[in-house]
Amino acid sequence: MSVATATPLIEVEHLTMRFGGLVAIDDVSFTARPREITAIIGPNGAGKTTVFNCITGFYKPTVGRLTLRGGRGEFLLERMLGHEIGQRAKVARTFQNIRLFPGMTVLENLLVAQHNKLMRASGWSILGLLGIARYRDAEKAAVELARSWLERIRLLADADRPAGELPYGAQRRLEIARAMCTEPELLCLDEPAAGLNPRESAELNELLVSIRDRDGIGVLLIEHDMSVVMNISDHIVVLDYGRKIAEGNPAAIKNDPAVIRAYLGTDDEAIDG
Amino acid sequence: MGSRLPQMLKDAGLTAFVGAALGIFIVGFRTVDIGRGLTFDYHLVDLAVAVVVIFVGRLGLSLAANGLRWPAIALGAVMIAAGASPMQLPSSFLHWFVALGGVLLVIRAIWPWANSAVNEAARTPSGRALSTAGTKWFGWLLLAGAVVMPFTPFADQKTMDLGVLILTYVMLGWGLNIVVGLAGLLDLGYVAFYAVGAYSYALLSTQHGLGFWSVLPLAGMMAALFGILLGFPVLRLRGDYLAIVTLGFGEIIRLILLNWFDLTNGPAGIGSIPGPTLFGAVFAETAPAGKQTVSEMLGIPFDGNHRLIFLYYIILVLALITNVFTQRMRRLPVGRAWEALREDETACRALGINPTNTKLTAFAIGAMFAGFAGSFFAAKQRFISPESFVFIESAIILAIVVLGGMGSQIGVVLAAVLLIGLPEWFRDLGNYRMLAFGMAMVLIMVFRPRGLIAHREPSIRLHPAGSGGSG
Repeated sequence: MSVATATPLIEVEHLTMRFGGLVAIDDVSFTARPREITAIIGPNGAGKTTVFNCITGFYKPTVGRLTLRGGRGEFLLERMLGHEIGQRAKVARTFQNIRLFPGMTVLENLLVAQHNKLMRASGWSILGLLGIARYRDAEKAAVELARSWLERIRLLADADRPAGELPYGAQRRLEIARAMCTEPELLCLDEPAAGLNPRESAELNELLVSIRDRDGIGVLLIEHDMSVVMNISDHIVVLDYGRKIAEGNPAAIKNDPAVIRAYLGTDDEAIDG
Repeated sequence: MGSRLPQMLKDAGLTAFVGAALGIFIVGFRTVDIGRGLTFDYHLVDLAVAVVVIFVGRLGLSLAANGLRWPAIALGAVMIAAGASPMQLPSSFLHWFVALGGVLLVIRAIWPWANSAVNEAARTPSGRALSTAGTKWFGWLLLAGAVVMPFTPFADQKTMDLGVLILTYVMLGWGLNIVVGLAGLLDLGYVAFYAVGAYSYALLSTQHGLGFWSVLPLAGMMAALFGILLGFPVLRLRGDYLAIVTLGFGEIIRLILLNWFDLTNGPAGIGSIPGPTLFGAVFAETAPAGKQTVSEMLGIPFDGNHRLIFLYYIILVLALITNVFTQRMRRLPVGRAWEALREDETACRALGINPTNTKLTAFAIGAMFAGFAGSFFAAKQRFISPESFVFIESAIILAIVVLGGMGSQIGVVLAAVLLIGLPEWFRDLGNYRMLAFGMAMVLIMVFRPRGLIAHREPSIRLHPAGSGGSG
């Protein structure tokens, strides 16, 4: 648990997202701190992925401010283009349905993640074409970073296999490693435990905890698997029908009546009231 | 097995009947204009032969499908022998038809067995090493063959012309491969950049007296500029939409060339374009004032073939530059980003890759090589008109890339040889040339649906190739 006074890594203020007449997110505010895992939970259709898409620039929020304060300064994410959020603000994400580059090898997937760093080193390809030593060193360093991640996710032996050939659980781990290879300040994981068996999801817990403790970055996590959420989260935000209904540590959330109502449903009288 | 034979015969008979019913109007008789009206010209022997071939072929296919490999091969052999025999048939095409039917049947009969045997062999460690070495050495072997080709005895003018033509398409294929094979952007208007390169050289040389070698880079840059101009507005489109817009762009360029009479001379085209020079010397029997011919410079007798050999080596070098450049780009971050964009654009964006810039570089570089090839084309033909830059050219280049196996460099060479060479070799078949060509295409797509060479070599390896590291 980190100190409560630590400055937030990302501050979401009054985030609202409308699609035509549909209000997907309605005035949601929360913060996430560095060196913490912040989980966003809620029933299906609560707007969790929409929050992610706003943070990572896939949607432009209708209303609201998203401030990221990382080691590289302050960024207003809602004003940035999609790819700039990954490139400059250093926010990385994974997807609910895995999005690897299936035809490319595992190692290539991790090198593509280091694209911007390598592009600079290759002098926007011009120096790289000439085979300048500076680029070769940069590439070697990039391969080393990839190798260290492959060791952490235990895929070193599969480095030269096409990513699409890996088993499902390995693809999930690889997608997280690929996001980490961008050397992010904030890692957004969209249901990383979906489709994993209990053993794999226990391994995932370990990986996420090690990312928090060893790499010292902030993690935002959307997850349905409560064994993951309750075990590793430091802070939980609960959404229901686009609104934030609760926020707090796992113990408090477990006993929150509003959360229980959202997940288990309510009696008819309760709705009338 | 015997119990299935009547069934097979019935099936073959039915197929032959359908063939006869269809063929009687298409092959069986033809109307001939005799001046006073129309009369029928009967070709019933042709029809009978075709029906027999259909019957035997269908029977053979059924036998092969039921695992009776040897009877099917025997039938195929009989057909080949019949086709090759000097027996009197009304047209030479029928000989081809019978023989090709037999070849197809034999291929069909041994295919499952040969395929599994090859796959089995490729799976053993030595087989895998052999196939990697094979693909590696095959390229060098092709290159060596291409380099010595002009000095081999069969390098007559026709072969050399065909060689230059094929190499031009190889270069265009390699250029388009960057756009379609690596970056996954379906470009149906690639010939527009070829046209830009060709007209750049034609105009700059005939109107401003610039030479081939100084215009070559300019033409490439000009085409790249057009690539960027087109790319900026349209590269946000994906898949089919991009294909339609690029198709339109190709047509726009052609229509401009056709109608901007003052600049391009319209449909009449631009003629007397100077050819490329060798250190300032021209390839001609007599040099224009103030210039020297190559034969004077080298002190060798004049030979019209020298020009062709020179052109051959220019296009060979240009194509090789395209290839080496692409291979190097593939191993650079931008090349990996191209391939990543092809695989998943959304994931690329999440990783902080600027999709627009990355696509633009692919588009511009692909266009640049088309520009080089275009100015070579203008220098070789010495005459260009909008006729040379029609949509079918784009389609052929795209077919070369797709047929070769998206992204494969050697595949492009094989596909260019097939697509450009086959129609030339089938010239003996006369009108049936395109039919045989189409049949060859169908066969390739049936047996190699992912292109001739579908294997993708990783741009970088952690474990050396062939080591037991990968599973």
